[in-house]
Amino acid sequence: MQFKVGVWVPQGRLLMFTRNRALALSALLLGTTISIVSSAQEGPGLGVAATPEQVAAWSLTILPDGSGLPEGSGTAEIGAQIYAQKCLACHGQNGVEGPNDKLVGGHGSISSDAPVKTVGSYWPYATTVFDYIRRAMPLMQPQSLTNDETYALTAYLLELNDIIDSDQVMDAQTLPKVKMPNVDNFFWAYSPNQK
Amino acid sequence: MNNKSPSDYLKPVAGNGLLHRRMFLTNSVAILGAAGLQLMTSKQAGAAPPDVPMSMTVPGAGMSGYGARSHHENHVQRTIGSVPGTVGTGASRTPLEYLQGIITPNALHFERHHNGVPDIDPTEHRLMIHGLVDRPLIFDLESLSRYPLVSNIRFVECSGNSGANNAAKPPQSTASGIHGLVSCSDWTGVPLGVLLDEVGIKPEGKWIIAEGADAAAMSRSVPIEKALDDAVVALYQNGERLRPSNGYPMRLLLPGWEGNANVKWLRQIQVSSSPAMTKDETSKYSDLGMDGRASLFTFPMGVKSVITSPSGKSTMQGPGLYQISGLAWSGAGKIRRVEVSADGGRSWAEAALSEPVLSKALVRFRLPWRWDGGPAVLQSRAIDEAGAVQPTRDALLGERGQNFRYHYHAIQSWSVGSTGEVANVYA
Repeated sequence: MQFKVGVWVPQGRLLMFTRNRALALSALLLGTTISIVSSAQEGPGLGVAATPEQVAAWSLTILPDGSGLPEGSGTAEIGAQIYAQKCLACHGQNGVEGPNDKLVGGHGSISSDAPVKTVGSYWPYATTVFDYIRRAMPLMQPQSLTNDETYALTAYLLELNDIIDSDQVMDAQTLPKVKMPNVDNFFWAYSPNQK
Repeated sequence: MNNKSPSDYLKPVAGNGLLHRRMFLTNSVAILGAAGLQLMTSKQAGAAPPDVPMSMTVPGAGMSGYGARSHHENHVQRTIGSVPGTVGTGASRTPLEYLQGIITPNALHFERHHNGVPDIDPTEHRLMIHGLVDRPLIFDLESLSRYPLVSNIRFVECSGNSGANNAAKPPQSTASGIHGLVSCSDWTGVPLGVLLDEVGIKPEGKWIIAEGADAAAMSRSVPIEKALDDAVVALYQNGERLRPSNGYPMRLLLPGWEGNANVKWLRQIQVSSSPAMTKDETSKYSDLGMDGRASLFTFPMGVKSVITSPSGKSTMQGPGLYQISGLAWSGAGKIRRVEVSADGGRSWAEAALSEPVLSKALVRFRLPWRWDGGPAVLQSRAIDEAGAVQPTRDALLGERGQNFRYHYHAIQSWSVGSTGEVANVYA
C-alpha cells in the first residue's frame, strides 16, 4: 500500500518555498514517507481482538458446502404452518401469487423468452435459501426465526418446488446435499486476472 | 492550439448541425453571435427585470449551521420506487438532467436498499474482520478514522441501471428515469488492504464476504484481488460523513464495480476460500442469457455514456444554438473519448471532456449544436482507456439477448421532434 508524499504535505506551506527548496523538502519528506509507508503496511494496529464467541455470534454466512450451517432441523410439513403465518401475506398461498417475489414454479422457463426466476427454477444452491431466510426474512421481523423454523421453511420451499419430499428432514448435513435443478447453468464471469 | 480560423468553428463537423467542440472556448463575441447566441438572449421569457431587485432593498437571511439549497430548487428531487408493501425496499434515482459537473450532491445520490435505511449509532457500530485470518479484529469508527485515509472521486452505479431500455418498447422517461442509478462522489476512507494486512490473510483466503448492518443483512462476496487492489472502507462522502442512505457510518467502496457489491453499513468481512453464493449474487445480479445459462460475478461496469441535456420528456425552446451535455464513465478506468451524433449514428463529432478526467469516475462531456428545428436523433458513444467502445443497443442485445437485467450499457438515443419534444427511441 502506497501513500503519496503529497498526502502528508500541507500544500500552502510547500508553495512558500522556492523550487529548489521545495525539492529538498520533498526529498526530506520522502524519507519520512518511507517510514510512514512501512508503518502503514502494518497499520496503526487499532483493532481489538475478536473472541471466538464473538465471531460465532456474529457469523451468518453459509457456504454452498454447508459450512456455517447451525444446529437444528425441520421438514416441509412444519414449514407449511410457519409459511402460512409469516410468509403467505407477501408471497401468496402457493408461493406464486405475490405480490412480492415468486418462490415457486417457473421450471423450464429460464431459457424461454419469458423466464420466471424462482427458488426452484433459478436458484443454484439450497444453502442460499437458508442463508437468506435467516438473515433477512420475514421482511418486517428479520432474524426473528429460530434455526428449526428456518430449516423447516427452507424444506417447505424446496418441497413446493418438487425438489425434496415433504417428510425429508433438512439440517446441516442434508441441506448442502440437495442439488438444485438449475445449478449446472451457472458459470463465472470473473477470473482472478480481472481488475 | 490548432490551425482553425474563427469562422471554421461555425461550420458543422458532423451531420444535423453539430459544431466543433472548441467553439465555446474561442471567446470570440463575433463567433458566438454568428453562431446564434443572440437568438437565446432575445428569447428570454417573462416581463422585464426590475432595475433594483427586492433583494437589494432588505437585509438577507442569517447564517445557518447546515445549509440548504434555494427553495426555488426544491423541485429537483430523486424519483422513488419501492416494491409493493414496503417503503424501503427499492431505489431512488439521481435527477441527472438537473445536474452539471461530475459530483453528485449527497442529498441526490441514488439509493438502493433491500430493507430500508438503518439508523446506526456510530459509537455502537463495529467492523469485524474474521474467517481465514491470523488475527480476527474488531474496529470502531474512531479508530478507523485514525488510519491513513485516502480520497478518490469515483462513481457508484447499480448494475440494474438503464435496464429499462431492454424492454421491447422504449420507456418514455427522463435521463434520470432510465439512467439515474449512477452517482459520483469524493469518497474518503481506509484502504481495505491495510486492514486485511493487520488481520493477516491466510494463503487459502481468496474471497471476502462483506455484510451490512441493515435489516437485510445484505451480503456479497468479493474476490481478494479487488479487496487488496483499490477497495476502501469509506467513511466520508464529498467531505462529510456518509449519508445514512449511503452506508453511515461506513461502507465498502469497490471502484468501478457493480453498486450492489459496495456493501453499505459495513459490519463484518469474512475471509473465505470461496464465495458464499448469497441471494444477491445468485438469484439477483446474475446475468441470464438466451440459452438459459447465467453468469455470476460480472463485477466491472461497462463503458457507458448518456446525454443528460437535452433529456427525454423535455422540450427544446426552438431552433438555435444549444450545448449538448452528458456523462460518461467506465469501470475499466478513464474515459478516453466521447463522440456525439445528431443524426442517429450516421456521423459523429468528438465532444469536449471537462477536466478532471478521472479513472472510474463520471466525466462531463459537452458539444455545441445548432438545431435547425428539424427531426434529429441525439446519441453519445464513449470509449475508455482500455479501448472498449460503448455498443449500440442492437449490438448489445445481439450478443446478450433480451432476458438479461443487469449491466445494460448501450448507446442511448433521444429523438428531437419538429415541435422540440425529446423522446426515448431505439435507433
